[in-house]
Amino acid sequence: MIYTARGDEADPRLGSDVMSQLPFRAQVASALGRTAATLSRMTGRGDGSVIGGRVGLVLEPDLLRKLAQDRKLVLVSATNGKTTTTRLITSALLELGEVATNAFGANMPAGHVSALSQAKRAPYGVLEVDEKYLPDVLDTTGASVLCLMNLSRDQMDRAAEIWLLAQKWRRAVAGKPVHVVANCDDPLVTWAASTAGQVIWVAAGQRWKEDSWCCPECGGPLDRKDSDWACRECTFRRPQPHWVLDHDMAIDPRGQRWRLDIQLPGQANRANAVMALAVVEIFGVPVQRALPKLAEVRSVAGRYTTVERDGRHARLLLAKNPAGWLEAFDVTDPALPIILAVNAQGPDGRDTSWLWDVDYRILRGRPVFVTGERKLDLALRLDTAGVPFQLAGDFTEALAAQPPGRVDVIANYTAFQHIRTEFGRAE
Amino acid sequence: MQNDPRRTESALRIVWIYPDLLSTYGDQGNVLVLEQRALRRGIPVETVHVRSADPVPETGDIYLIGGGEDRPQILGAERLRRDGGLHRAVARGATVLAVCAGYQILGTTFGGEEGQPVPGIELLDIASGRGKARAVGELAAEVAPELGGLPTLTGFENHMGVTWLGSAVRPLSRTIVGTGNGDGTEGCYSGRVVGTYLHGPALARNPALADLLLSWATGPLAPLDDTWYDRLRQERLAAVLPAQ
Repeated sequence: MIYTARGDEADPRLGSDVMSQLPFRAQVASALGRTAATLSRMTGRGDGSVIGGRVGLVLEPDLLRKLAQDRKLVLVSATNGKTTTTRLITSALLELGEVATNAFGANMPAGHVSALSQAKRAPYGVLEVDEKYLPDVLDTTGASVLCLMNLSRDQMDRAAEIWLLAQKWRRAVAGKPVHVVANCDDPLVTWAASTAGQVIWVAAGQRWKEDSWCCPECGGPLDRKDSDWACRECTFRRPQPHWVLDHDMAIDPRGQRWRLDIQLPGQANRANAVMALAVVEIFGVPVQRALPKLAEVRSVAGRYTTVERDGRHARLLLAKNPAGWLEAFDVTDPALPIILAVNAQGPDGRDTSWLWDVDYRILRGRPVFVTGERKLDLALRLDTAGVPFQLAGDFTEALAAQPPGRVDVIANYTAFQHIRTEFGRAE
Repeated sequence: MQNDPRRTESALRIVWIYPDLLSTYGDQGNVLVLEQRALRRGIPVETVHVRSADPVPETGDIYLIGGGEDRPQILGAERLRRDGGLHRAVARGATVLAVCAGYQILGTTFGGEEGQPVPGIELLDIASGRGKARAVGELAAEVAPELGGLPTLTGFENHMGVTWLGSAVRPLSRTIVGTGNGDGTEGCYSGRVVGTYLHGPALARNPALADLLLSWATGPLAPLDDTWYDRLRQERLAAVLPAQ
């Protein structure tokens, strides 16, 4: 079974239908890319999914187009939930055959080249795509299905502004023969998707609303009632959904209700699951076949996994931006202590301003431990919110300060990776 | 808030202008810091979040305007001009802190999506345009001494703006690290209206500036325990300034 972007799980001896059809230059580029990926892993520099793809792209700029040809591809993009939804869709599509996917979140073209090179025979591909790259990757790959979930403020020092991003998506899908599966509870996503020829609307919910009080079409105020929304000044409004997430039930386009008995916790993951169900149905995987496959997924690239040391069981939650923190709070257990870890390295965004958009008052009454390279930013934030906390030098120290038992951990990107590395990156 | 004259008499009224349009990244922090620093001194606070479809009350004490993307910035400027409430408040002597896109809005003109000039609301004698490169990173600046010896400003900037100061405003500070207005100065002020490129929660890293705004509205203030503010300031300034 070949389903990850990591070459060590693919058998290099396998012949390839897709591969053998590639021009010689592309085959060489793809092979050299895999070699670089192997070297990257052997030297401990990374999991190889980016470097391998970069080498391939330099040697053959058109490589991604060629690798994508003749495959049925899904592109998954959003501010939050990309990696998890990619994994859920992949899990269900494996019912039909091999699936190429960038399972470890290398979501730019180099990662896509790497993923497709590693799963040479796979007739299906599920690619997580960075929001900014989505228009280019859609153009290059000619993907047949696009899964668009949510847009909210994220790493403003390096990411695109989200209205601008939505506008780029909107232009990218306009008039394309692509099936778009879009969350109609998110007004920006709806606006972006609504120029596409075929859209399956999914009412997947929207917990974070701070980036969508205004109409993306005219700037007027959006009136909201329950999950419905409509612009007060123009005709832009929430479309009628085909699929609906109703608490822990998915309602399919025929009105049939399905209990989302999945292992991944929280409402955000139930939203990811209903999006995945809508996507795989386009490929002919019915809900009753897809659901058990979604239920098998327990942890995704370390998210929701539990690590243990000296009787302390820490459940790891990744949250990279205000909307992500809100979703993480939904998953945490109010009866447990909680460790918060915040860094501000390149992948996290070097600007910690977003901490002030998160409402931490929900943590009042829980023992809170603060760590990470930017723990002082978080300390002041919690102090202002009236949330008592303790500072810890690093994660190990914070964990050691816990009584034996369970503890929740919310960390942003590099803080999360740091913890995973320390605990051996085991899933 | 006009319905309860008793509270209007006694509470500090903070007005957050257009959080639905001009709140991109932590702008709420300025509201929270002002609230907290007033409450810890026993000053009751009444905060109003004014959405862009609603009128701006003119009886506030401190008005806050945050950052925004190009389109929200243009929409915000149009609405503020049409509304007129902020102008009446400033005429009454209200204090204003505007950051980033909000700062540019207060001038005569700023650069739109394609760099085209967009009219501002003319509360500050400044004009802004689009620079060549985006200024992204830590900023440190020495505050104008006329403001009473405030400590070094520290914060994060993320903008493409260049701002020219007219004769009716004074620079808020002179940059040590970072871009600010683009001419070695950062931000500006005129009377009780202050603008800065320090985006988002600028007051969280500059409690003395927060207190200056508060004191304009309430008079002299008692000192506070600023342990967490001070530790964060020291760490951030040490990260960008050469060792002294």
